[in-house]
Amino acid sequence: MTRWLVLIAVVAAVLLGAVALGPAPLGLVDVWRGLTGSAEGPAATIVRDLRLPRVLLAFLVGGSLSVTGAALQALVRNPLADPYLLGLSGGAGLGAVTAIALQLTSPWAVPVAALVGAIGAILLVYRVAVVTGSVLDTRVLLLGGVVVGAFAASVMGAIMALSPAPEVRNALMWLLGSFGRASWQAVAVFAVYAVIPLAVLYGLARPLDLLALGEEPARFLGTDVERTKRVLYLTASALTAVAVSLSGIIGFVGLVVPHAVRLTWARLHRALLPAAFVVGGALVVIADALARTVFAPLEMPVGIVTALIGVPVFVLLVRRWAS
Amino acid sequence: MGELIVRADGVWFRYAGAEADAVRDITLSVAPGELVGIVGPNGSGKTTLLRLVLGVLRPTAGAVEVAGQPVGRWSRRGLARLVGVVAQREEPMFPLRVDQTVLFGRYPHLGPLGAPRRHDLEAVQNALDRCDVADLAERWVDTLSGGEWQRVRIARALAQEPKALVLDEATANLDIRHEMEVFELAARLVRQEGIAAIVVTHHVNLVARYADRIVVMDRGAARASGRPGDVLRKEILEEVFEWPVAVTQWGGVPQYVPLRRDESGTDGAVTP
Repeated sequence: MTRWLVLIAVVAAVLLGAVALGPAPLGLVDVWRGLTGSAEGPAATIVRDLRLPRVLLAFLVGGSLSVTGAALQALVRNPLADPYLLGLSGGAGLGAVTAIALQLTSPWAVPVAALVGAIGAILLVYRVAVVTGSVLDTRVLLLGGVVVGAFAASVMGAIMALSPAPEVRNALMWLLGSFGRASWQAVAVFAVYAVIPLAVLYGLARPLDLLALGEEPARFLGTDVERTKRVLYLTASALTAVAVSLSGIIGFVGLVVPHAVRLTWARLHRALLPAAFVVGGALVVIADALARTVFAPLEMPVGIVTALIGVPVFVLLVRRWAS
Repeated sequence: MGELIVRADGVWFRYAGAEADAVRDITLSVAPGELVGIVGPNGSGKTTLLRLVLGVLRPTAGAVEVAGQPVGRWSRRGLARLVGVVAQREEPMFPLRVDQTVLFGRYPHLGPLGAPRRHDLEAVQNALDRCDVADLAERWVDTLSGGEWQRVRIARALAQEPKALVLDEATANLDIRHEMEVFELAARLVRQEGIAAIVVTHHVNLVARYADRIVVMDRGAARASGRPGDVLRKEILEEVFEWPVAVTQWGGVPQYVPLRRDESGTDGAVTP
């Protein structure tokens, strides 16, 4: 219990620090006053209307991508699974960009289109991976995910180049992720779309423990494997979709964080999932803080920062997995 | 004899697109306190029969009941409270500790979010003790030997507090001592606790010494079924396994010896 309190305290400190960081440097006093509403003026406005929603959105997106990665790793029994590497993010991005190019700009339409894209992507990846008979090769699954993700990114690029819709012109935002469009509305959209899938995922913590053993053992330990898998794919697609539709494609978070949490914190999903959520959230908050401060006033896409962290971890995992 | 745990009645099964039936007209019943062996060559339908009994496959004809109810009516969770299964292989993706692994046997009894209660922890400890792995409880499973890992998985099945235990070639990778320990444990559970056991194995001689009844499968059908002494006869084994054997006795139970080519005549007659 104590270690959970420590973890939450550390994460809260990260969030507060990230609110203080930015082109206009703020003291922690300003942050506190802005948060509590005990002050007015430009500092309070920056805290409440710009930084706080941005940090919260980064936290929620990072947390969702992390738990999605954790669930996918157990589900496909592959330590390299991640919403980005399995093509879910690419499919979701393509869905979102298509919806915007078609002028379906309501905050409700875009995440739904992203969900359709994510589901389409995972179905396609599955078709690729079921190579012999009905046996799924999880290595080919990953290959299929990367290929489908790359293809989705190309089509997204084409739509961006050709569409007159101004919202899709920011290709970097979609392809490499950014919280530049964060707002309280975005946080609200996220909350509405993500709460149910997150709750469903947590409710499936024990089946996930069992699925990580393999489908046969999971079945004989009481899991309705086919139904659980369908629900998990849908949940993973939904969480990826809402994350991508608000902040573009941010890779590797779902790969790195679950492994870090497994090594240091917990391996059973009832503890792994919530820990991965807060750690992943904090990681993306840090990545976003770096993205917007290192080359300030220029802003880097946050996905570049997560890739800089994620690719070396990916290489390490591949080497360990292959041996 | 109490209520049957497993009852298969004239069960047939054919895989989609296959040319022949994988299981042909099998009738099998297993009661509490009974150990039933299923033997037969590779591809004779043993595993398919198990999958039918466990409700993973639906028979194309015939019926399977578990604890008096059609197997299809049980939920996986309900079935997992009745039947524990130990398969030949299982490779953990993210290795856990032994006690965590055995606690998985309690999952069919736990709600989705409820913490393990005292009885669950007692069942885990009890299972660890019975399988002689209590002193491994804190170990990571990827540091275990093959025999230890297999016993941990049997402990997990026992933590389910099942009425029936299914061992599907669960000793295939074990050395003599560890294999014998698994058979001894299964036999003890059957005799002392009235669990029903279904043991699928290639080790005909071993299962003959522990089983109350044996089913010899051949191309999907039961070539013979009954007490080991009635079933493990030379002509049956030679026909089913397509290899000359001699049959001798050990402790009143038939034991076969596969013969070298130069030990048998062309007609299969033994030249000792």
